[in-house]
Amino acid sequence: MDFKSIPEDELFLPGNVACQGCPSSLGLRIALKALGRNTVLLVVASCTSVLQGSYPFSAIDVPLINVAFATGGASASGVAAGIKVLKNRGEISKEPTVLVWAGDGGTYDIGIQSLSGAAEREENFIYLCYNNEMYSNTGTQRSGATPLGAWTTTTPAGKAQQRKDIAQIMIAHRIPYVATVSLAYPLDFYTKILKAKNKEGTRYIELLAPCPPGWKFPSSKLIQVSRMAVQSGMWLLYEHEDGETRFNAVTKRIIDGKVRKRPVKDYLEMQGRFSKVLSSEEGKEAEQRLEDEVSESIRRLKGWVPEYT
Amino acid sequence: MRVLETGNHLIALVARAVGVEVVSAYPITPQTQIIEKIAEMISNGEMEAQYIPVESEHSACAALVSASLTGARAFSATSAHGLAYMHEMLHYAAGIRVPVVMANVNRAIGPGWNIWCDHQDSISQRDTGWLQVYISSHQEAVDTLIQAYRITENYDVMLPLMLNLDAFVLSHTYMSADVPEREEVERFLPKYKPLWKLDTKLPVTHGSVVYPSEFSETRQSMEEGQENARDVIREVSREFESVFGRWHGDLVETYRMEDAEYAIVAMGTIASEARVTVERLREHGCNAGLLRVRFFRPFPKDEIASCLSGTKAVVVFDRDFSYGMSGALFTEVRSSLYSKSDVPVFNVIVGLGGRDVTYEQIEQISLLGFSNELDEVTWGDSHLTESHMVTFELLGKFRELYGLK
Repeated sequence: MDFKSIPEDELFLPGNVACQGCPSSLGLRIALKALGRNTVLLVVASCTSVLQGSYPFSAIDVPLINVAFATGGASASGVAAGIKVLKNRGEISKEPTVLVWAGDGGTYDIGIQSLSGAAEREENFIYLCYNNEMYSNTGTQRSGATPLGAWTTTTPAGKAQQRKDIAQIMIAHRIPYVATVSLAYPLDFYTKILKAKNKEGTRYIELLAPCPPGWKFPSSKLIQVSRMAVQSGMWLLYEHEDGETRFNAVTKRIIDGKVRKRPVKDYLEMQGRFSKVLSSEEGKEAEQRLEDEVSESIRRLKGWVPEYT
Repeated sequence: MRVLETGNHLIALVARAVGVEVVSAYPITPQTQIIEKIAEMISNGEMEAQYIPVESEHSACAALVSASLTGARAFSATSAHGLAYMHEMLHYAAGIRVPVVMANVNRAIGPGWNIWCDHQDSISQRDTGWLQVYISSHQEAVDTLIQAYRITENYDVMLPLMLNLDAFVLSHTYMSADVPEREEVERFLPKYKPLWKLDTKLPVTHGSVVYPSEFSETRQSMEEGQENARDVIREVSREFESVFGRWHGDLVETYRMEDAEYAIVAMGTIASEARVTVERLREHGCNAGLLRVRFFRPFPKDEIASCLSGTKAVVVFDRDFSYGMSGALFTEVRSSLYSKSDVPVFNVIVGLGGRDVTYEQIEQISLLGFSNELDEVTWGDSHLTESHMVTFELLGKFRELYGLK
């Protein structure tokens, strides 16, 4: 797999109204290239509901249903059932891929019930969570994905709690494929979407989506911030299938000891949302807890089960 | 095919007969038998449909909407708290214009946990844009579900339809009814031809952002759908009668209204009970008639005005209440008569939380109304019991304990 084999066909069109350096629009562009035209897209209420363009225009060149905030998994279940009906009627030959595109608010928080229900029912769709670690569309409020210490408009002093590990929650559903991806590693991203496409059942992929205005970094730094997230271990690249977790790309090289992991501090310093925490006494503690969280996440992914006393 | 079945099972049998292709539902008393029967028929190979056993009613309605947008004839069933939990998605279904049908078994909403019948659940969803029909008998439940898809799938309507049937009175009682076979139904209701369906060669975006410059028109077009539904309902009801030989009314059903001086207005099974009242009143020389509101949305304002304008008094029975005002049917009836007639209209609230409503009660309270002896709004069957007394006593003790005045 190399860049030359990625199709030139654009399914996410110019003229959309995304912010400069928007991770969702870049991610959607790569994902739709991997899935091709025989795809149905469901956009869960989020920035992507807006950036696609407004009535009567649309920057998305595949069938698209914009769905309510809490309904990603349920709406995909309805489309999957409808596709079976169309197939039984003989109106389609090749079943289209169903792709749900949801933010972390629609996935970690308000949509977790619907996603969990659909995964348990083994519904046939790919669910992609573009995780910008906050409610960006409503103006950057905290979500269940916001990391410890991060500023948001509802955590003005920095978030006091750790983020939840939703990919692990999805693995616990025993679904056929769970993977994490990064915009700084587009081939890894593209390959994982292709892999998901060729599997049946509920497949969960999570993209770290650094949001320039929300995280307070220049829009030109999207890829650098994405890369540092992986290099510092704050975003681990891995995939889970057939009961096994495999680390990928730089994450694998860090864990294998071939590349030195960058300190979490290097990642935090690139973003304005951590500036308050970095300058305070409690901030030092938060920084250490984030470092600890990275090592704990790696141990968990390797199969370590914490003993609670 | 003549069968002896509960109202719930009849709904399930008709869902099969009308060729429903996707069913998305979550169990709630007293609706459960509908979805159990459908699940059983699908499992036995007697019904060909995709069944989505969702994890909540909010999801049930979400999957119903997206299955319909994909191109399937879709059906769901719920009740009370389930319907309330769907509220956001009810707006969504109507706003995105999907022709789906949902049976709602009318049940009270808690607290005061109560699984029995009243109309508060569906009346609370009045302004979501759904068509609403209220059923008064088992056979009408069968026949209306067949008519429902003809109405909602009409390209001039394209609004979802809520079929309301009274909990237990209809849902759990057994009655003999004629359920047409699939082939018979198909002569009246052809296979589903969606206005739009999933087509990757013709990509369409549904539900995008609409700015203030265009939004009002989308809502006006929903109202056009409601207004168009009036004639569609009239035509479909007449055509149904010519094919199946059964008539349950169109937007309304009238009983002995032709020469009536006094009128009773009601919905659902209270209206069935009120027929007996009308008979008895007539025997005693009181020229009463009954107007049963079958469709609450679109509301039959013209029928109300033409039927009731010439009467001397009207008593409207509500099995619901709009707090701070009156029963919801009452406000609509009086508003339909405004500037057309000065006939006095009285509102009686009965049958909440499944309290029995008998023809004798309807008769006694209607006679008070016909003699202008009722208040504008009367709680028709209120009486304090020993349980209430215990509560009052407790309240008194709390006040004393906490020094509250």
